[in-house]
Amino acid sequence: MASQEILREEPSRGSLINDPKIRGLFFQTLVIILLFGSIWWIVHNVIDNLTRLHIASGFQFLRGRAGFDISDTPIAYTSDSTYGRALVVGLLNTIIVAAAGVVTATIIGFIVGIGRLSQNWLIRKICMVYVEIFRNIPPLLVIFFWYSGVLAVLPPPRESIHLPFGSFLNQRGFYITRAVWGEGSWLIAVAFVVALAMAWFVARRARQRQMATGQQFPVFWTSVALIVGLPVLAFLLAGMPLTFDFPKQSTFNLTGGFQLKPEFLSLYMALSCYTAAFIAEIVRAGIRGVSKGQTEAAGALGLRSGPILRLVVVPQAMRIVIPPLTSQYLNLTKNSSLAIAIGYPDLTATAGTVLNQTGQAVEGVLIMMIAYLVLSLVTSAVMNVVNARMALVER
Amino acid sequence: MQEHDTSWVRTEMALAEPAPLGERGAIAWVRKNLVGSVGDTILTILGIAIVAWILPQVINWAFINAQWTGPDRTVCATAAQGGVQPDGWTGACWAFVNAKFGQFIFGTYPIEERWRPTLVAVLFAALLVPMLIPRVPRKGLNAILLFLALPVVSFFLLSGGVFGLPVVETSRWGGLLVTLSLSFVGIAVSLPLGTVLALGRRSKMPIVKLLCVIFIEFVRGIPLITVLFFASVMLPLFLPAGVTFDKFLRALIGVSLFAAAYMAEVVRGGLQAIPKGQYEGADSLGLGYWQKMGLIVLPQALKLVIPAIVNTFIGMFKDTSLVLIISIFDLLGVVKQNLSDANWATPQTARSGLVFAAFVFWLFCFGMSRYSMYTERRLDTGYRR
Amino acid sequence: MKHIAIGIFGAAALGLMASAASAATLDTVKQKGFIQCGVSTGLAGFSAPNDKGEWQGLDADFCRAVAAAVFGDGSKVKFTPLSAKERFTALQSGEVDLLSRNTTWTINRDTALGLNFVGTTYYDGQGFMINAKKLPGVNSALQLSGAAVCVQSGTTTELNLADYFKKNKMEYNPVVFEKLEEVNAAYDAGRCDVYTTDQSGLYGIRLTLAAPADHVVLPEIISKEPLGPAVRQGDDQWYHIVKWTYFALLNAEEAGITQANVDELKTSTDPNVQRILGTEPDSKFGTDLGVTNDWVVNIVKAVGNYGEMFERNVGSGSPLKIARGINALWTKGGLQYAPPIR
Repeated sequence: MASQEILREEPSRGSLINDPKIRGLFFQTLVIILLFGSIWWIVHNVIDNLTRLHIASGFQFLRGRAGFDISDTPIAYTSDSTYGRALVVGLLNTIIVAAAGVVTATIIGFIVGIGRLSQNWLIRKICMVYVEIFRNIPPLLVIFFWYSGVLAVLPPPRESIHLPFGSFLNQRGFYITRAVWGEGSWLIAVAFVVALAMAWFVARRARQRQMATGQQFPVFWTSVALIVGLPVLAFLLAGMPLTFDFPKQSTFNLTGGFQLKPEFLSLYMALSCYTAAFIAEIVRAGIRGVSKGQTEAAGALGLRSGPILRLVVVPQAMRIVIPPLTSQYLNLTKNSSLAIAIGYPDLTATAGTVLNQTGQAVEGVLIMMIAYLVLSLVTSAVMNVVNARMALVER
Repeated sequence: MQEHDTSWVRTEMALAEPAPLGERGAIAWVRKNLVGSVGDTILTILGIAIVAWILPQVINWAFINAQWTGPDRTVCATAAQGGVQPDGWTGACWAFVNAKFGQFIFGTYPIEERWRPTLVAVLFAALLVPMLIPRVPRKGLNAILLFLALPVVSFFLLSGGVFGLPVVETSRWGGLLVTLSLSFVGIAVSLPLGTVLALGRRSKMPIVKLLCVIFIEFVRGIPLITVLFFASVMLPLFLPAGVTFDKFLRALIGVSLFAAAYMAEVVRGGLQAIPKGQYEGADSLGLGYWQKMGLIVLPQALKLVIPAIVNTFIGMFKDTSLVLIISIFDLLGVVKQNLSDANWATPQTARSGLVFAAFVFWLFCFGMSRYSMYTERRLDTGYRR
Repeated sequence: MKHIAIGIFGAAALGLMASAASAATLDTVKQKGFIQCGVSTGLAGFSAPNDKGEWQGLDADFCRAVAAAVFGDGSKVKFTPLSAKERFTALQSGEVDLLSRNTTWTINRDTALGLNFVGTTYYDGQGFMINAKKLPGVNSALQLSGAAVCVQSGTTTELNLADYFKKNKMEYNPVVFEKLEEVNAAYDAGRCDVYTTDQSGLYGIRLTLAAPADHVVLPEIISKEPLGPAVRQGDDQWYHIVKWTYFALLNAEEAGITQANVDELKTSTDPNVQRILGTEPDSKFGTDLGVTNDWVVNIVKAVGNYGEMFERNVGSGSPLKIARGINALWTKGGLQYAPPIR
């Protein structure tokens, strides 16, 4: 855009015409003038339009009463809350569905990706069909499929499907028993943290010992014992402060318990399935990118197939996998904005409603863009740290 | 005594014995590929179970029980739902797709004017096919016709207003027509724009570089929906009083800019892969910047990243379906819109309509990805030689 | 400034239009030869495309009436379908000249959003619809505590809903969608127990459901929803033309002027009819307004009077079969009242 202008512009005639430095300076000044000119022009227009049309501006509206309700509220929210809080609720919903989707997509993606390299012809073909179907359909369509599928297959609330552990499944979502922690539960949390710290310490000591003496220590089982055992002990000590809130039938619906709405479920499943197809291809390429000599050399050293995969192939494959995996995570986060099509109250949907109620389009769209940008940057940063860690393995 | 000549030299080669029965033919294949180990066998049984569970249902639904023609919802509804089918029937309602086919392709484009988009489609195919087949000569002329002449001709044909063609506003365009025109223009605009951005990002001029980096990273960090929102609700406020854009054009600009940022990163990858010697060689020949890029670097770089470019196109083609959120009715939008038609409201309608839309999208995307693989292989041999 | 703008964006060949919205909408409308009218993306009876893609309904006909007043030809109008979210920006930015899209008149929209509502073409109120077959025994909205409610986002409906349940100390579970079609589909699929929107809309939507007879509209009306067309602020002439087109439709009905008899009545000696139809000697109501003197004749010829428009689109002549009710003329016990043309 800006640089296109350079193409057309003839530099002014002068003795210094062929000096690349002078030319660069000239072009850049031109670009800056053009840029600031158009920014000034846009700002001028916006101000002109807003005053002419008597549209309010500024971010004061964030403190106004929202007046509308939101179906999924991870934090306390009523129609009396502010527009600002409504946006926060939307942002949290986006983060929740994106985080859940990333985890599930990674799991499905790895399974399918490894399945595509399986010895087994049938498994290979099934995985291929999965990838080719989901990769070539728009994500929006996948979401619609899940949503209409979920609503069509599940029964109305009065004929809910009973599942084990007091959970129910119907058109209004998936109801599970909610654990209500009583007094003294903080002890369990503390025990858990302590157990984690101890497990980490044990692992460190064990590695040092193995380095020094070659003796191995059953780190895994010790850690499991610690992480499970300590909290259980704390739970018993605190006097078992746990009750359950079971979903119950009421006039319209089930009440109580913990409800996962069909909008969330379908969005989450659709994003996971869609992104998994891409992750599978990345994983396949990563594993195939590790040269065969590595596997054979590991075999020659006497390693079994499990350790070969775990110690030799996967660490090297991860180096190839992580950068494209990052962009898939970013894509998933961005695709979660499609929630608007099935009414899951994510950031785009709530910001859209706020924008409509207040009429402040400029501010609304800006908030939306900045929030996504920050989310993307944070995700990239985290993945970059992981990537740096992985790169160290190379040595 | 008669001496016997016991020495014997075999003059012809012994034929190789066929491999043992267990190592060849179907049995060996099965042994190797399906029941190699205990784990494999379990997986195979699991796989067969999945296929045996899904496939008959799909075939039953899509073909055997499907209704292909019919005047209205009665053919696709069970008796309890007020139709003619027996209770418990489930099958695809292709009759719905059949009845709405024209709308799915053209949207609400006036029926008597539908020959115009059809003609555009024919022209497009006539120019695209020789472009895709490597052996057909005159690629340059072909490209000019396809990317410069065709859009202009198509624009006048589709929107009318010249040569006595009645004007058809873009709000009446819809269906596959919108999907294809959005993605074609997006492709035609985003490739050059993305190349310029990529060059800008590698430029030695710090300000140009900074601006390109900001643009690329900004656009890649936000979802397309926000870009479309921007185009539909914010852009009008950026223009002076009374200057407005057509909504379709705004969507077009949004999609193109969005795709350009992704394209820029793809092209940058290609530029980075070109060895420094090529740049230096061009410099030593005394070529200027644009000559160097246009004649030496870009032809090599773009060729390297053709598969990635096609993947970006596929992504963009799928992304065009998002315009339904700003009420432009592309293929998916028209299908969704028609699902609420009371004449066709049955439990099977939604599924059939969506499957049809998915199939069309799949056909195009799968075709593109296969073509990209073909090109990749073709160019690969070129390098190996 | 405008020339620079055109220069910069002139490269875009597709449908770039420059019109001086701030100056005089009437002049630009006359110059381009048609009115760009914002309508809904499809609401039966108000604005929905028929099989041939022609827009029909009360709101669409109102656009035609304005076109008839300005051009003497009701067909000189182009429709832009707008979602609830887009509608105000589209009008503010000049993308449409007139917004006739079942939009509720509120003080916020009149002031903070920079719009001017011209009147109430349809007095509506928000209601609830339930599936009586699935929920036997529910016959009042006050029994709806705990229900899942389907509603369209970005509307006053969404806000009224929140207020109503809060006021009556009831719980509910909002299921919010962007587009009317999506709300319909979700309600029909059983995603929610209750559908809420303007009552006129409920009757229209009921027709599109799989089994219309199963659904009942509950008696409560929880809000005032005066639906009317709106124009941009700051152009009084255009505002008056649209406002008086609406009043002309009402005055025509009151005076008994119909599509069928308008030509005969041109020779009428009734001074009121003469004033309305501009047949009075040296009548200049039309020219003062900025249109021709026979503007009302053109309007009535194009779309009929208000009563005819109503019956054809939402009343007895339509599948919706909505009674006139409070939308009857004031002389017949309704609220539709127009200042006189004199």
